[in-house]
Amino acid sequence: MPGFHRNHHGSMKDADKKRLLREMLFARRFEERCYEAYVERNIGGFLHLYPGEEACAHGVLEAARVGHDYVITSYRDHVHAIKSGSDPRAVMAELFSKETGVSKGRGGSMHIFDVKHRFMGGYALVGGPFPLAAGIAKAIRLQGGDEICICFLGDAANNQGTFHESLNMAALWNLPVLYVCENNLYGIGTRIDRSTAVVDQYKRVSAYNIPSAKENGQDVELVHKAAVKAIKHVRSGKGPYFLELMTYRYRGHSMSDSNAYRAKTEERMWSKRDPVIMLRDRLIDAGKLTLKEFKDMDTEILDEIEDEVIRFAAESPEPHIADVEKYVLAENDPWVRGGAE
Amino acid sequence: MAEIMVWEAILRAHDEELANDPMVIAMGEDIGVVGGTYKATLGLHDKYGEERIIDTPISENGFTGLGIGASFLGVRPIIEIMSVNFSWLAMDQMFNTAAKVRYMSGGQLQAPIVVRSPGGTAHQLGSQHSARMEKVFMGIAGLRVVTPSNPRQAYGLLKSAVRCNDPVFINEHELMYNMKGTVPEEEYFHPLEGSEVAREGRDITLFGYNISVHWCLQAAELLSKHHGIEAEVVDLYALSPLDRAGIRNSVSKTHRAVIVEEAEPAVGVGAEVMAVINEECFFELDAAPVRVSALNVPIPYNHALEKTALPDANDVVEAVRKIFGV
Repeated sequence: MPGFHRNHHGSMKDADKKRLLREMLFARRFEERCYEAYVERNIGGFLHLYPGEEACAHGVLEAARVGHDYVITSYRDHVHAIKSGSDPRAVMAELFSKETGVSKGRGGSMHIFDVKHRFMGGYALVGGPFPLAAGIAKAIRLQGGDEICICFLGDAANNQGTFHESLNMAALWNLPVLYVCENNLYGIGTRIDRSTAVVDQYKRVSAYNIPSAKENGQDVELVHKAAVKAIKHVRSGKGPYFLELMTYRYRGHSMSDSNAYRAKTEERMWSKRDPVIMLRDRLIDAGKLTLKEFKDMDTEILDEIEDEVIRFAAESPEPHIADVEKYVLAENDPWVRGGAE
Repeated sequence: MAEIMVWEAILRAHDEELANDPMVIAMGEDIGVVGGTYKATLGLHDKYGEERIIDTPISENGFTGLGIGASFLGVRPIIEIMSVNFSWLAMDQMFNTAAKVRYMSGGQLQAPIVVRSPGGTAHQLGSQHSARMEKVFMGIAGLRVVTPSNPRQAYGLLKSAVRCNDPVFINEHELMYNMKGTVPEEEYFHPLEGSEVAREGRDITLFGYNISVHWCLQAAELLSKHHGIEAEVVDLYALSPLDRAGIRNSVSKTHRAVIVEEAEPAVGVGAEVMAVINEECFFELDAAPVRVSALNVPIPYNHALEKTALPDANDVVEAVRKIFGV
């Protein structure tokens, strides 16, 4: 089981806040190091980074039972996996396309899977996980467990047909699924008001009688509080819930994005709502943390990422070329031959 | 051996697999209370209840994706897509998720779903209800494609598909649900790979699948009767993966091949079987392989035009006569 604490109540203790600060700072530094590794050409393909949005995954999953509840998300998935319990070394090794990666180097940045922690994957088709999450919830119901499924997707995914199809079925069949909308205001490079008739995403689900809430996605304490309420609703058997979190990604949609479509004034405004700095300052103001302690924590994290995470990824072996056709179909499945013998 | 219809064979397979494993479910449009457009799930809603026999909204991509998500946790959904034409809408989830999830997760997840759907052309259903899509499905790595030509296969293929850990697409046929045939009384699991020799012959191999097996068999009788040509008919019930050994064995015996497909020729079953023949046994050939296909047109509504667009047994006979110059 992952070493993360579980915090199912609305209020947080100082120790929990400090731990969350460290986790979010780790996530920030991890992603920034991914950027460098991409520039160094140790990471290939597409890379979608999470800085700016850390409070969303951390606040919600802090309220969940990680390793018990199922989590599924899009291609911006590294941090959700780590908060779900994945070893950051195995996540980085995946990005370095190594056999020791969570998905054995077959998935890459957009396809982090860690099923032993019930992290059910990152998917690259926008809106693809909506029905998968409803299906996981259906399976939970058939199997009689008290797990829930938590599906994190961006605001732009809500313009896919899968959003409407899945919300309709989830509501119709009262499925235990929490949809978390990380609303970062942009679908790749198109601002939400230029792509979406109803800008308030939480309002859109009222068409399916799904209860919803909108929350400041930069404040991890507020996110946590809203998630506690949402998860309580879903776990109690009352059906799906939709939580919209207002957030902002500091980098472009992916590494191939020039990020030239956003006004500098807008970027500056959001940088003043940084989730890590907000929590840091709150702890400092309350006398629970000093700036020096924070800086020491940061140094420790940077060292850990370099000495353990990057080193592990860099030194791990590549997959064997001879295994290229492994994992296409089930191995030695007797039913392919019509059963026994 | 009881003689039953294709729909009864599919219903029996459903019933046995639902009884065998509480994690088997069936879902699709009108499959529950109504019992299915082709009666393939008749009575199951009453017997197994609302949680397991699920009438879905008309949201093909959504409910297919829901079935795939459930299958991640060990549920085994049998998903009926009412007409293969509607499965275009579900291809996102079938191809992007079900076919790839084992690979891109490094073997951690699998999607053991069955999607069954009537393909083929019926009578005057028009362009948007007459698609033949087997060639699209068989081109996707990670997906198995089977297509029954008789009740025994329809029963046994579904049984094996439910238990197999891979996603399986079963291409049925709108015109074949009332076709009769014998099915073993005892439980029977049909292999999901391989091919069957439906008629032995020495002079030429006619490759068919699903409904075209019957055109091949009719053609073989006509060729024997009128021209003394003994055609072997090979039933390619597995379209992906194709039975390379079975294709090689038959062509190595007869040295001639005609592939009969209900679909348009481009990038189709005929093209693929020809490629396999080239790769496996080119030097066994006494004549260039030929394919008998539909015309490259959307299927027309007008009956005469529709008939012209589609191949039949006579087209197979003509193709063989041309090869032999008789």
